[in-house]
Amino acid sequence: MRRLFQIEIYKIFKRPRTYIAFSVIAFIIILIQVALKFGGKEYVGLLMSGVNSSFEVPTHEILNGYLVCYVVLNLLLIHVPILVALVAGDMIAGEANMGTLRLLVSKPVSRTQLLLVKFLAASFYTFLLLVWVALFSLALSVLFFGTNDLFVAREMDSNIITASDVLWRYFAAFLFAGLGLLTVAALSFMFSAFADNSIGPIVTTVCVIIVFTILTQMQIPFYDETVKPYLFTTHMLGWKGFFYVKGVDGVTVNGSIENLGEIVKSAIILLLYATGFLSVGIWYFRKKNILS
Amino acid sequence: MSAVIQVNNLCKDFHDIKAVDDLSFTVPEGEVYGFLGQNGAGKSTTIRMMLTLIHPDAGTITIFGMDLQKHRKEILKQIGAIIERPDLYKYLDALENLRIFSAMSGVKIPEKKILDQLAMVGLADRAKSKIKTYSQGMKQRLGIAIALVHDPKLIILDEPMNGLDPQGIADVRNLILHCTRDLGKTLFVSSHLLNEMELIADSMLIINKGKKVAEGTKEELLNPLKTQVELITTDKQGSLEILKQTIWGQFLLSNMNGHILLEIDKLRIPELNRTLVEKGIQVISIRPKHSLEDFFLSLTRQ
Repeated sequence: MRRLFQIEIYKIFKRPRTYIAFSVIAFIIILIQVALKFGGKEYVGLLMSGVNSSFEVPTHEILNGYLVCYVVLNLLLIHVPILVALVAGDMIAGEANMGTLRLLVSKPVSRTQLLLVKFLAASFYTFLLLVWVALFSLALSVLFFGTNDLFVAREMDSNIITASDVLWRYFAAFLFAGLGLLTVAALSFMFSAFADNSIGPIVTTVCVIIVFTILTQMQIPFYDETVKPYLFTTHMLGWKGFFYVKGVDGVTVNGSIENLGEIVKSAIILLLYATGFLSVGIWYFRKKNILS
Repeated sequence: MSAVIQVNNLCKDFHDIKAVDDLSFTVPEGEVYGFLGQNGAGKSTTIRMMLTLIHPDAGTITIFGMDLQKHRKEILKQIGAIIERPDLYKYLDALENLRIFSAMSGVKIPEKKILDQLAMVGLADRAKSKIKTYSQGMKQRLGIAIALVHDPKLIILDEPMNGLDPQGIADVRNLILHCTRDLGKTLFVSSHLLNEMELIADSMLIINKGKKVAEGTKEELLNPLKTQVELITTDKQGSLEILKQTIWGQFLLSNMNGHILLEIDKLRIPELNRTLVEKGIQVISIRPKHSLEDFFLSLTRQ
């Protein structure tokens, strides 16, 4: 199993297209950081437009590495799944398209084992992509903008999290985001097991993410109760919960999370989705005739 | 001689098309077993079922005396195969491809053996070249190296000569003969290149529309006493007259399509030549036609 996993990782990182995602992420994050470096004051002004009228806002303190990272994650964590789909959707269908799948399946490895190893490899790639996002969005932002308290704007109010209370929240948020990306990887992987050409699973996954994300972000009461709670894209936003803190007399409580139960619930739902997608993929692939 | 493969009543339908229809055959150990049929006859479907790529609707496949469904891993460890084209990872080089597939074969293979295998198929100097730069013949040879690297007892080759130039065909033919004569392997080779199969196969199975139409050793299938011979002379009409007046008249075929065709024992060709020359006919050639081709066409023609 270990040897098979190594082979899959080797194949992933030998393909030039694997590095597209890493390059795109680095490019976008640097682009955002440059924009905030030179136009950050205006951005913070816009961010705090509701608060400005009653308080004196120290822009230079608000605009720090932690805020930049928060901005980057808000912009990026919707699009990284698409990059994950590029690799996960190619894992089986790409082999079928190349014609190598028939050689793999005729080897003394069970189909279930083959798929599990491939999914593990796709998950490892997803994990590395997340570490890459963390490196660029958090480490680089802290390096360029320094650290200070984190201002988090919400729909109705806002939180200020003290600098010493921020870092662990990012680690937790990244871990949670990893779970979301794993769900997307499992979805794309499932479509990949159905197909003989990688374009289909990748496009289908991207379409599902776009449609579900639109539904998640729609502010229509009918969908709020009937559809949104069941969409995995709704729960993928659960990472934000780590930045919603409890307050006592207007002062935030260090180490607190406003609704931990909701985060745990979202994490369980994502895990169930990922397991479900993977199981369906394996079930289908086990009885599939390899004709490609 | 014990049977390496035993297929009984194998069936496979794709929707309403019968791809393989109640097919049974036995492959003896240490032979090159030719599997013949026209395109779409069911050869690839049968091979894919033997390699567990396609699930049969009915029937059993026993390899090395074990049921394929129950002992899939043990059986596949001892099989090397090329299924249609040897499609490989184009973005990797030959050595990397060989390492990957040998690692998946379930047998620990030393690096030296992998390099030796590349040398055996004549690719040692291109070991570090990406597959996308390889010709079809080179890919085919690498495919054979992949099939052989884990030293399997049984080698299954599906159309191994497809798309190859004459030199490539000769290379693959020599490799096949080397495997069986020098290494003692059993080879199951499907092809529609009948003259090639005639050169390499010991036994043959011919299928048509998924059904077996003939099976046996080459000698059993191709009776040398009934070889079609095409005669070309400078005087066609005169030759025909002489043949009809002599004992050769009884061997003339009725349907000659403008050619002089006789069905005789191959060994009597010099005697036929002597008769014509003694009667003053200038003989240009007396050529035995590919008897397997004729036999095959007679079985599979609509």
